[in-house]
Amino acid sequence: MAWIHGLVGENGAGKSTLMKIIAGVHAEYEGEMRLDGRPVRFRSARDALAAGIGMVHQELSIVPSLSVAENVFLGVQPVGPGGIVAWRRMAREAREHLVSLGIDVDPRTETGRLPVGLQQLVELGRVLFSGARIIILDEPTSALSAPEVERLFGVLRRLKAQGTTFVFISHFLDDVLAITDRVTVFRNNRKVAQSATAVVDKRWLIEHMIGRGHEGLEEALTGEIALPPPRAGEPVLAASGLTLPGAFRAIDLELRPGEVLGLYGFMGSGQMELARALVGKLRPRAGELRVAGRRVVLRNTAAAKRAGIALVPDSRRAMLFAHEPVYKNISISILERISRLFLRPREERRIAQRHVDGLRIRPFSVEPELRKLSGGNQQKVALARWLTHLPRVLVLAEPTRGMDVGAKDDVVQIVAGLKDQGIGVVVASAEPETVLAMADRILVLRKGEITREFKGEPVSKDRLLAAA
Amino acid sequence: MKIEAAEPAVGRRGAGAWLATRLTNVAPLVTLLFLIAIFSAMAPSFSTVDNLWNVLRQVAITGIIATGLTFVILTAEIDLSVASVANATGIAVAFFTLQEAYVTIANVPLPGFLAIVLAILVCLALGAVTAVGVTLIGIPSFIMTLAMLQIAAGICALLVRGQIAYAVPPAVKWLGAGTIGPFPAIVVVAALFLLVGHLVLTYTRFGRYVYMVGGNREAAEYSGVNVKLVIAAVLVISAFCSGMAGMLGVAYFGSAQQNQFDDYLLDAIAAVVVGGTSLFGGRGGIPNTILGLFVLGVLNNGLDHIDIDSFLKILIRGLILLLALIINVYAQKLREARA
Repeated sequence: MAWIHGLVGENGAGKSTLMKIIAGVHAEYEGEMRLDGRPVRFRSARDALAAGIGMVHQELSIVPSLSVAENVFLGVQPVGPGGIVAWRRMAREAREHLVSLGIDVDPRTETGRLPVGLQQLVELGRVLFSGARIIILDEPTSALSAPEVERLFGVLRRLKAQGTTFVFISHFLDDVLAITDRVTVFRNNRKVAQSATAVVDKRWLIEHMIGRGHEGLEEALTGEIALPPPRAGEPVLAASGLTLPGAFRAIDLELRPGEVLGLYGFMGSGQMELARALVGKLRPRAGELRVAGRRVVLRNTAAAKRAGIALVPDSRRAMLFAHEPVYKNISISILERISRLFLRPREERRIAQRHVDGLRIRPFSVEPELRKLSGGNQQKVALARWLTHLPRVLVLAEPTRGMDVGAKDDVVQIVAGLKDQGIGVVVASAEPETVLAMADRILVLRKGEITREFKGEPVSKDRLLAAA
Repeated sequence: MKIEAAEPAVGRRGAGAWLATRLTNVAPLVTLLFLIAIFSAMAPSFSTVDNLWNVLRQVAITGIIATGLTFVILTAEIDLSVASVANATGIAVAFFTLQEAYVTIANVPLPGFLAIVLAILVCLALGAVTAVGVTLIGIPSFIMTLAMLQIAAGICALLVRGQIAYAVPPAVKWLGAGTIGPFPAIVVVAALFLLVGHLVLTYTRFGRYVYMVGGNREAAEYSGVNVKLVIAAVLVISAFCSGMAGMLGVAYFGSAQQNQFDDYLLDAIAAVVVGGTSLFGGRGGIPNTILGLFVLGVLNNGLDHIDIDSFLKILIRGLILLLALIINVYAQKLREARA
């Protein structure tokens, strides 16, 4: 019988590696794998797919510039006489196929224009279409809004009823509890617990994942939070009427030293664009920005840095020098502080080592190339960049996306530390938990406009979602 | 968060690890040694001290151009105008020098010092135009420098109008065709360019920015690096190096005329890339370029020492370059796999 099997564990616990072995991505391993009782050994992802095992990776592998139909048929395009692509047939079949999954999109749409949730379903559709009956989903909900998650779950339940088995890897424990039938917990590259999902709760999962109770964070995830009374004093950052057509409109906001301002909204609500505009990466068409009362025009990120505003971006690709060692990744933003014309690598390493120790970045060395670190540790490195010489305002875009519970907690502690030092922090996120865990005051965005401000009052996930 | 899962430090210095990280340098070195061995075996006249100086002289101009080009390619941009800018600068310095009576170019004779300064200004100005086009206007460097290739060639054409100039200021003549002690001056100049280029790339803040911009432009931007300024700077540096190569080249050749540097565009790009610097930016450097220069120099020189159909040599040269690139790609893959 088909079921949905949840797989949870902290970053670097070995979940993804195991799944990549099962899906044929990694061919080097010891031990034996049996499919339908027969031993199998896959040499490539193609091998695995031929045996009916497909994987949807966290980073989507659709081609954004191609149409939905082309993506569904990627590599197996139907051709007519003379090898000419049978466009009509392809569009018709792609549509039928997607409709059977409960997704109604025009197959001629450019895939990159669809919301991320639909893109994910298109990729799922492709994996299914290529004959997979066991599908591994790696963090399928991390980029999805609540309604998109619901839609995905609907599709998964229907497919399960039709006989497709899923492995569901996720850090979103609520999602795991909601959709899976059985759940396995990994810790330190070992399976530490397995159970039917119906008889366990989030506390059980968290305890097994990190090996101890975790009161504070869990409360932040589930309960109601009382926001502190708003701070008085001169704002360190003030925006009025910021407008960028297609992204955000008429944004007014104020941020005081030692305050954490949450910008919450579903994916595509404009909070990420706003975060980029605050550091001069995007240039608003209208409105003005003041830093400590003085008007600034940010022509580029270097100007923003001079004005004292920095951003840790939301995508790992945008923050990392994958082929450079950890210390160069950390020192890049402070080179003009610690060196004039010539570099001082020893000083760079010393400072970087301090952050590696302080933030518990693994491995405890500043030498390895960054790409050898796990995702959560890479994100910490990106954060470390700004912790040596603190900016006045630090904007964090999705600071905990894809992180495990322990690493998230670390980031919450770091932000609390920044607050104590009088830094103004902006946390832009589409994850209510992230905003709730960190923010003193929350602005909710919907379709590029601020719809609600929460301050000095109790707030919960429900209320945030309701306002977005 | 637990700490017992600490992995062994990855930064350890085993011989294997050292070799793995240097593989991009080792591959062109293997190619080079292979070529030297082949040519030495086939032609006794190849492996002589005199011929070593020949090789060095032959790659000197390419080396000066390739120094600047290395900066550009490290930022994942390209400069196709190097040979043209060299040509224009070389012609400019001749244009501002008093020519013999039989040269019928309408030139503007100035004192040598001024002629040199003006010629340098010409190449800097051309580089600045390229930089503005690429960074402020946003034209891809491939297209912008292609336009600059034409513009600089046009300036050459207008200045000499099909004629040939010969005279250059004495200082240029000395550096291009003279000697410093026992060494050909142009080889010393090229070595200095490469040395300074290496020091700048390795030990200065600007050099680090060049690598980081090439490694991940967006991440560099979010780290507060003024990416456009860095790209503008490398394009001007490239134009300056090309200009210097052009001036000394005129002295080296003994004449200034149109299209005399055309071969140097592909040679310079080949030197950088065969040496193992990535066209996608962020990896490689001057040591790679030096290796690439030697591979190219030995190849060109060595083929002249062996007795084969001279028309076939062009094909052989192409095939060997292809082979060198294939070896680089495999070395790169091996390196990734080790990591």
